[in-house]
Amino acid sequence: MSAPDPILVVENLTMRFGGLVAIDALSFEAERGDITAIIGPNGAGKTTVFNCLTGFYRPTGGSIVIRHADGTTYPLHRLVQHRIAKHARVARTFQNIRLFGGMTVLENLMVAQHNRLMGEGGRTPFALMGFGPFQKREAAAVERARAWLDRVGLTPRADDPAAALPYGAQRRLEIARAMCMEPVILCLDEPAAGLNPRESEELNDLLRSIKAEGTSILLIEHDMSVVMRISDRVVVLDYGQKIADGPPDAVRDDPKVIAAYLGVEEEEALAVDAALHQE
Amino acid sequence: MSGAAPRGMAAIVRDAGLAALIALGVGAPLLGLRTEPVGRGLTLIPRPGLLLSVVAAVFVGRILVGLFMAQRALRRRVISPAPRAMLAPPGFRSWLGRAAGPAMLAFALLLPFMPGIGRYEIDLGTLVLTYVMLGWGLNIVVGLAGLLDLGYVAFYAVGAYSYALLAKHLEIGFWAALPLTGLCSAVWGIILGFPVLRLRGDYLAIVTLAFGEIIRIVLLNWVGLTGGPNGMSGIPRPSFFGLPFSMAGGEGTFAGFFGLEPSPLHRIIFLYYLILALALVTNFVTIRLRRHPIGRAWEALREDEVASRALGLSVVAVKLTAFATGALFGGFAGAFFATRQGFISPESFTFIESALILAIVVLGGMGSQIGVATAAVVMIGGFELFRDLEQFRMLVFGLAMVAIMVWRPRGLVSSREPSVALGARKMVGAEHVAEGRG
Ligand SMILES: Nc1ncnc2c1ncn2[C@@H]1O[C@H](COP(=O)(O)OP(=O)(O)OP(=O)(O)O)[C@@H](O)[C@H]1O
Ligand SMILES: [Mg+2]
Repeated sequence: MSAPDPILVVENLTMRFGGLVAIDALSFEAERGDITAIIGPNGAGKTTVFNCLTGFYRPTGGSIVIRHADGTTYPLHRLVQHRIAKHARVARTFQNIRLFGGMTVLENLMVAQHNRLMGEGGRTPFALMGFGPFQKREAAAVERARAWLDRVGLTPRADDPAAALPYGAQRRLEIARAMCMEPVILCLDEPAAGLNPRESEELNDLLRSIKAEGTSILLIEHDMSVVMRISDRVVVLDYGQKIADGPPDAVRDDPKVIAAYLGVEEEEALAVDAALHQE
Repeated sequence: MSGAAPRGMAAIVRDAGLAALIALGVGAPLLGLRTEPVGRGLTLIPRPGLLLSVVAAVFVGRILVGLFMAQRALRRRVISPAPRAMLAPPGFRSWLGRAAGPAMLAFALLLPFMPGIGRYEIDLGTLVLTYVMLGWGLNIVVGLAGLLDLGYVAFYAVGAYSYALLAKHLEIGFWAALPLTGLCSAVWGIILGFPVLRLRGDYLAIVTLAFGEIIRIVLLNWVGLTGGPNGMSGIPRPSFFGLPFSMAGGEGTFAGFFGLEPSPLHRIIFLYYLILALALVTNFVTIRLRRHPIGRAWEALREDEVASRALGLSVVAVKLTAFATGALFGGFAGAFFATRQGFISPESFTFIESALILAIVVLGGMGSQIGVATAAVVMIGGFELFRDLEQFRMLVFGLAMVAIMVWRPRGLVSSREPSVALGARKMVGAEHVAEGRG
């Protein structure tokens, strides 16, 4: 194993809502190129971590730092929200899918490339008229979108409104949209929720291929078959605190994790654990 | 069997009886009694006949409405298995959709030279086109970005007054003043945009409404600059790129230069084409912007603000560009209004004006260029048509609005055209398109 090279370093992250401590001094790291899973029972604070990471919430305390491969660092806890996607290149999906329903599948992917298209020259009158280098960039954006549509099998539906897609396709579209930003880290909030076993399997393959191309993934997931099979590391939260952190096999056997999931005391958990391993 | 069973006759009569009772209660003091001055005091004169006839009319009318609704419910059940699209073949519909724009454009271009078209008709056309342009301008804010703006008339006013001031005090000609007035309005759009960045829905609507009123009241009270309630008169009339329109004719006038018989119609026709050109510029820029990342960002914001933010769109920039662009065209229209009238006063920029423009956008179908143009023609044209009805004009207008909203709740043209497509562009059905909550 080479020296650790974390892409994401979270230190003492705390998020309070009034009296409720949703995240309590959470520290963890995500290795570059890994799939890091965040699991935990309902209400553990997983989505809140994502919301802090992507600038929807300003953390009460602590820090979140993204380190690009070239060494540049971005303190996400201080960054203006749109810069998190634009400069730190963090992309996310939502637990309850959020697409631009009245826009077509292709348009959804074009919006994701807004900042690249608006880059130098994007604001000139020429760009407005659709001339010059802007035209080339726009064509490249369509090509990139098409490539992602091919990968998630949505090319035949490119010109349909996103809201008209079936559920599984909407999930895939949301991932494709996030990937069109060309992020360094992709945060997925329960991407397998509501998928059938075959779709879930396809999702595993998609995530593996994204990882193979060098994008790190942060994954919130309840479906253990997904978590155990594809993640390199698992962070377990309960009531906003980290109760376990390590490779999937080790975490699975951790009595504290089992207890948290089953809501029982530790001794009982050991018994449950034994029972689980018999199957 | 799905759908509620049509109500029986008994229920309809009972309902009508209730309506008549309410009419009696409301009508008794309002219609049943009339005050007459007698000598030094007032006396009440009962009018039972009028009251009874009104109550009877309500009763009968309500029964008719009930019967109509029951019939419709029946018909629905019969038709419902067949899709409604069958009623108009899709091929015809899309053909109509494609032909409508060019046909309207050709009509607008030729209007002044059609037989039987006189000064009145051209003036009316100019008025309609002004509202088409205002509708298109507001459409950017409301239809595309989904920001409910009830104070759009403020930008119209800023445009009109800044043109009047520039032209009168600095003696800047129309063409030079036009970009400046647009800029002025756009700046005011941004000034309005900042405080309302974090507001949504009803709150945004109320604040924009207040903004419109503030501008009007400032214009009303800043007598030194704007002339207050007396308005500003003597605003320079437009010239044909430096050639004035003059009845005297001769060297250096429009008629003289082109060797025409001087006629008051020249200026009217010129104004007509001027506003047509301005409106077409608005339309062209909007169409281009919709296919530009900026326009897509507006629509994305309307569809889902949270997702837009996660994709790295700056909500501040997106909202402000929408407000500024909308205001820009409002300002152009205002400058045109000022030069056409030669006189402006705060009375032309009341809330009713904002409401009318918003009604055009909503009625036309938010986001649809052709829909907004059609709605402007229907509404402004309709207003003219019912001019003889005087006080009933507003009533007819209100009823027509209600009827259209019942018949087509998403406006005349409710489907959305995608800004980019891999294959053939397919219209996005209204049921998928969000109205925006901003
Ligand atoms: N904006 C907010 N205001 C107040 N409380 C909040 C807010 N967001 C989250 N919480 C609370 O923080 C806690 C953690 O919520 P969070 O959504 O992060 O849980 P989760 O781990 O994602 O759960 P699930 O598995 O159900 O998605 C919950 O108790 C929730 O009620
Ligand atoms: Mg969650």
